Amino acid sequence: MKKIVLLLLTITASMYICSCAHIDDEETDTGVTSVTVEDSDYYTRFKNDGLSINVYNWGEYIPDGSEEGTLNLNDEFTRLTGIRVNYTTYATNEELYAKLKGGGATYDVVIPSDYMISRMIKEDMLEPLDFTQIPNYKNIMDKFQVTEYDPDTMYSVPYTWGTVGIIYDTTAVDETEIDWDILWNEKYADSVLMFDNPRDAFAIAENMLGFSLNTENTDELRKAAEKLKEQKKIVQAYVMDEIFDKMGAGEAVLAPYYAGDAITLMDDFEHIGFVIPKSGTNLFIDAMCIPRGCRNKEAAEMYINFMCEADSAKAVSDFIGYSTPNQKAYEMLEDEVKNDGISYPDDDFIAEKTTIFRNLSDEANLTMQTLWTEMKSSEEQTPNRVIVPAFMTVCIIASLVILIRRYIKKKKDIF
Amino acid sequence: MKKLSKLYLALVMLFLYVPIFVLIVFSFNVTKSRSVFSGFTFDWYIKLFHNELIMKSFLNTVIVAVIASVASTVLGTAAAIGINNMKKLPRSIIMQGTNIPIVNPEIVMGVSMMLLFVFFAARMNFEFGFVTLIIAHITFDVPYVILSIMPKFRQMTPNVYEAAQDLGCNPVSAFFKVILPEIMPGVVSGFLMAFTFSLDDFVVSYFTSGTTQTLPITIYSMTRRKVSPEINALSTIIFVVVVAVLVIKNIIERRNAVKRGVK
Amino acid sequence: MKKLTSAPYILWMAVFIIVPLLMVAYFAFTNDTGEFTLDNLAAVSQYSNIFIRSIWLAAISTVICLIIAYPLAIILARTDKSYQSTVLMIVMLPMWMNFLLRTYAWMTLLGNNGLINGFLGIFGIAPKRMLNTQGAIVLGMVYNYLPYMILPLYTVIEKIDKRIIEAAQDLGCNSAMTMLKVIVPLSMPGIMSGITMVFVPAISTFIISRMLGGGSNLLIGDLIEMQFLGNSYNPNLGAAISLVLMVIILLIMTILNQFDDDEDRVLM
Repeated sequence: MKKIVLLLLTITASMYICSCAHIDDEETDTGVTSVTVEDSDYYTRFKNDGLSINVYNWGEYIPDGSEEGTLNLNDEFTRLTGIRVNYTTYATNEELYAKLKGGGATYDVVIPSDYMISRMIKEDMLEPLDFTQIPNYKNIMDKFQVTEYDPDTMYSVPYTWGTVGIIYDTTAVDETEIDWDILWNEKYADSVLMFDNPRDAFAIAENMLGFSLNTENTDELRKAAEKLKEQKKIVQAYVMDEIFDKMGAGEAVLAPYYAGDAITLMDDFEHIGFVIPKSGTNLFIDAMCIPRGCRNKEAAEMYINFMCEADSAKAVSDFIGYSTPNQKAYEMLEDEVKNDGISYPDDDFIAEKTTIFRNLSDEANLTMQTLWTEMKSSEEQTPNRVIVPAFMTVCIIASLVILIRRYIKKKKDIF
Repeated sequence: MKKLSKLYLALVMLFLYVPIFVLIVFSFNVTKSRSVFSGFTFDWYIKLFHNELIMKSFLNTVIVAVIASVASTVLGTAAAIGINNMKKLPRSIIMQGTNIPIVNPEIVMGVSMMLLFVFFAARMNFEFGFVTLIIAHITFDVPYVILSIMPKFRQMTPNVYEAAQDLGCNPVSAFFKVILPEIMPGVVSGFLMAFTFSLDDFVVSYFTSGTTQTLPITIYSMTRRKVSPEINALSTIIFVVVVAVLVIKNIIERRNAVKRGVK
Repeated sequence: MKKLTSAPYILWMAVFIIVPLLMVAYFAFTNDTGEFTLDNLAAVSQYSNIFIRSIWLAAISTVICLIIAYPLAIILARTDKSYQSTVLMIVMLPMWMNFLLRTYAWMTLLGNNGLINGFLGIFGIAPKRMLNTQGAIVLGMVYNYLPYMILPLYTVIEKIDKRIIEAAQDLGCNSAMTMLKVIVPLSMPGIMSGITMVFVPAISTFIISRMLGGGSNLLIGDLIEMQFLGNSYNPNLGAAISLVLMVIILLIMTILNQFDDDEDRVLM
């Protein structure tokens, strides 16, 4: 018995040792390996206070050191400031909203998208930022400093931006012109993945039907939902970040998703291609905000400021593939990235063919939500509707029979 | 007949073990592929031990499980003694109540506790986290403790408690000297059950954990992102630990049985 | 005096079981401003197809579990006593693995490029779509909850007095008749608790349908989760759905209870 424990201990210990050795002789890649900050004094205020902040971000949305030669940005922040980062992730804006609205948790920094920021501002869920505490805000490009979703620039600091397009398997898709309608093409039945959140999914249908991506018209929303319902029979699964795995492994051949993630996928797999449909798409901006009820506003602002450091923003952009709104980081990018045609589409295309989501009215939001659930719960292969009632009836009859038999038995026993 | 039943047993085992076996095999795969085995490596284990998130959530899970199972064992043992001394009617009412958390779907329990905690959090300025997790875990653990202790009272020699008191024990020492040893097997198995339920719980924790990550929650978020074979490595380790614990438990039980046989 | 030792527990259960359930009821009957309304419950009916699907899939899984587990329990009960506990342990062992990991294992097996399709490919069978179907959900339920069926069945069957079976045989029953007239009726409590223990988690799961059902086969659990932490935040509706779910389960359990006249049920 003791021997076994000893053996286990040795194995674990040796694992630690070889892993350390492993890291030592690791060759460093190109790319950001440490963050040089502009004003290091700024970060030392809370050094010994043992603070921690709760950061709630999208999955796969920060350099986490999981690939060799990349840095772990949260660790870097902790090393610099002494503030620990409790980092958790969500998959959709709506999930984030539910978690904040439900009151099930307190966060210090969250990173919602444009329309969700408007909604949160409207519902008084965000804390106004003290921009004097975020000196690096000056690094943000001018065009991202004035936004529609945060008209007074009080609540948010842009983190990344990008467009939505179609990721496809180049070995399986032979169309040369790929537009949204390919996601409805029966040729690819069971090989199409689809957004698992209402806003992005509706946007695709609205795009195809020629509606505004911000339509609040119930009829139009209904038609879009019909369109999505039509697509359901060829959809393999409704997913979010699962696309990395499914597209990479060749489980599916088509998936609408965010440009940045497409770039990550294309870096990892040769068979992946990506197009931004010519007919138009959504342009999104994800920005850092501080929700109401945060415990440590100054530490949170410090985190936001840290993410605006040129090196941090560059590291984020390198690692997750999304476009950066940070001027300094943008200047540091290689031309190859700037001109890949995906990350930084030309201004004309952005102006003419892309739409930023706006927050919808409460009624429209509710309608969309209801239609979405309805669409997801519908099915063509309805289970036989008679079976359940029949099953229940049989149960009830059987139990009645048993009761009666028992009753008769009892009577017999008495006599 | 004998052969047929052996074949059947083997088939069921195959069904139960193949998925786990596959997970284990691919934890040693060089690439991230889950269908093609291209070479042997320990890398994922090393990565796993360096994955702070997993290590931290493992620690959280153990802390919560230990506190919750100890607390629920104490609470449950006390409750079982009390219930055992009740008259029939209140006793059956309480036992019905005890069945609620067992029969009630986990998700409803998670949701209902979340609503309660939100209600208090808004008014008393506390946060979701360890406290809410532990309360929730105790709540679904206690019934199992009670249910595993109750039958032991039935097997107990009646009136020993009174006898002990007649022989000069005060109620407290009579409890520790007479009753506790008799119900001990039930207490221990209740504790173990509570501990494993706590370790393994996902649904209730999912709704009540706030920002605290337990291992099942971390596993869930891992399956929703880019999948890394670290998850396979983790499964292998959990599997090995489970096997080890059960084997040891079996050996101890065998030994005890042999000892008793000698007596 | 000794009765008082259960007071903390009773208080605990009142606060953390009864009160939360009352809160669910309260939420179900109010809107977001706290006024009384029946709209939530009315809205539940629009998801009746989800309810039907959940009951249907859970029922199928329960029946499959019963079919697989019953012979197994008999085999286990007849195994030589000296290694009975070992065999039982081996059967139960997968249950101790985290169920998310077990479900994840099936994800990797069932995929279009997964191992099962790879295996079929050797024999020239074209890849079949297995993941993200209702079949996959049923499979996941059976795999995860099978031990919950085996354990109570085994416990009950193992306790059946061998002499009763012998007596039945002496009185002229063949093995099928013994099975039907003696073993099955005597194992009824085990069957009932097995059915409950499989059906309840199966009808309310959201993990299995999410991981193996591809998000297009929503179950009641998914629907509830969506209202609280998912894509369509509406705790009032979520509470109403939870309430209906509880009523359904209560109804089914009452029906099941009628088959079973033993008051002390074996739960574990």
